Amino acid sequence: MAGLTIRGVTKSYGETQVMHGVDLDIEDGEFVVYVGPSGCGKSTLLRMIAGLEEISGGEISIGDRVVNEVAPSKRGVAMVFQTYALYPHMSVYNNMAFGLKQIKTPKDEIDRRVREAAKILHIEEYLERTPRALSGGQRQRVAIGRAIVREPDVFLFDEPLSNLDAALRGQTRLEIARLHERLGVTMIYVTHDQVEAMTLADKIVVLRDGRVEQVGRPMDLYNTPQNLFVASFIGSPAMNFFKAEMNKDGVFIGGKAPVTKAVEAAGGVTVGLRPEHLIPCEESEAFVSGKLELVEQLGDHELLHLVREDSSEFVAKMEFLADKKRGEALYFKAAEDRIHLFDSKSEQRL
Amino acid sequence: MAVVSQNTTFSKVFWPAVAWSVAIIFFFPIFWMVFTSFKTDADAVKPEFLFFFTPTLENYTNMTENYDYWRFAINSVITATFATIFALVVGVPAAYAMAFNPSRATKDVLMWMLSTKMLPAAAVLYPMTFLTKNFLDIYDTHFLIIVVLCLINLPIVIWMLFTYFKEIPKEIIEAGKMDGVDTWGEIKDILIPLAWGGVASTALLCFIFCWNEAYWTVRLTTTEAATLSKLIEGNRAPEGLFFGRLSAVSTAAVGPIVVLGWFCQKQLVQGLTFGAVK
Repeated sequence: MAGLTIRGVTKSYGETQVMHGVDLDIEDGEFVVYVGPSGCGKSTLLRMIAGLEEISGGEISIGDRVVNEVAPSKRGVAMVFQTYALYPHMSVYNNMAFGLKQIKTPKDEIDRRVREAAKILHIEEYLERTPRALSGGQRQRVAIGRAIVREPDVFLFDEPLSNLDAALRGQTRLEIARLHERLGVTMIYVTHDQVEAMTLADKIVVLRDGRVEQVGRPMDLYNTPQNLFVASFIGSPAMNFFKAEMNKDGVFIGGKAPVTKAVEAAGGVTVGLRPEHLIPCEESEAFVSGKLELVEQLGDHELLHLVREDSSEFVAKMEFLADKKRGEALYFKAAEDRIHLFDSKSEQRL
Repeated sequence: MAVVSQNTTFSKVFWPAVAWSVAIIFFFPIFWMVFTSFKTDADAVKPEFLFFFTPTLENYTNMTENYDYWRFAINSVITATFATIFALVVGVPAAYAMAFNPSRATKDVLMWMLSTKMLPAAAVLYPMTFLTKNFLDIYDTHFLIIVVLCLINLPIVIWMLFTYFKEIPKEIIEAGKMDGVDTWGEIKDILIPLAWGGVASTALLCFIFCWNEAYWTVRLTTTEAATLSKLIEGNRAPEGLFFGRLSAVSTAAVGPIVVLGWFCQKQLVQGLTFGAVK
């Protein structure tokens, strides 16, 4: 087992630089999730750790060893691909055994490890089938099994759930969490789905355009996002943003009451309020108001879509709101510690 | 509704009729060739004997006894087989490199390879004959014919293999890298088994092209390495008096490759239409 250190890593394709000096420390046994929109460089970073992508600058170390020039199979990492990338012409057993055969592992040792992994993943019955005869979920298990048998120091997952349907995704997510619990090894997991990131990670790394935007525990990112991008990316439904006006009485976003007292911000203030933190209230104490446009019923809660006077929209998440009509004006406030303030220009948290 | 059903009846009759007519027109020369091969040379030139004649095997016995058919046939087998093997030995790694490690030059290299097929063969006839005869001293050898057949088919072999390899998901090769296989292992354990249909149809097509090649095999051989194309050429009389004999030789030359194609038809069609991994 081993931790991982990434120092000033850059990646360029010809003239185009796609990673701009990434620094990261991953501790032994940690579950780290890289999250970001497509094209942010999260997969590239993972592939550089795997050794499938050359490192243009900087250093990646696994344990105490710099692995920049080490072949993928010698880095002590195993990867689970988005498309599973199973060998279609081999049985499930041979798919899992293939890597061990390459390093001349004794036959009975191979057999022991494959059967053990199959047991963990409940795929013992399928060992003699080819991948073609398996469902998506089963293929994903085989792909994970292929990684397990190699007993790597670091597991790499490249969007492993994105080809599964919603129900299976939830279930497999849970199984990956259990697997981490059971094996206790370092896992790095790439996804664009912030729900996966929140539920699985010990530590989330938010990436945008080849740069790290913020690193932290899931709840840290949720409670104190360092900039507008992280604030908008983490949390579902996404945080509402309001351009604020400031006077000596405080910061206003259209309501009668100030959100907070006046603050200093060179580029103006943007207020962020999460839909789940909006509290219905009287007009006199409201930060913000809007006309009800649409209600989405989700069983245990409902999402209210509201339109403000300047025709911008925002969302409020309520447990239950007694028969409100379309077009009715609603007023909201929020608890003091649930208010996020950002500099509109620099997009940084105030 | 009536219009619809009329249309269906019409197309049920019309299109098959067109298809059959086209097929018959294309097949007629072959049919005529096989027919003629069972006629005597004298009967062959008489129009009234087109369908009604006394069949004879004379042309065939004559061919094997007097024209050494088997030596030409064996030469054809040797040159086509080895040319195909060498084309694959060079073509598989080349196509692998271009499919999985493409560079900026890959497209240009592929186009350049194809462009060699645009060169009229006749343009290099003199240098080829001169160099092989007077300079390298390999004129009329199996080696020369194998090299020439291999080289003229290599562009097509590489193009075909490239297309098949392209269809294999890159991740599978990368998974192999993670599992610790070397380049040779990637080709042997992953690529070839996955693209087997494509490799087989490429080999088959290459073999057929080699077998049928006539321009160079006729011009760069005399006796030693002469193939069936040369045998046909040798029996061609400008006066047209030996149609029976010529037809027998031609039928015997075409026969093996038609039989081979027949047996591999499924493989060939699948390989050429569906691609390798589906």
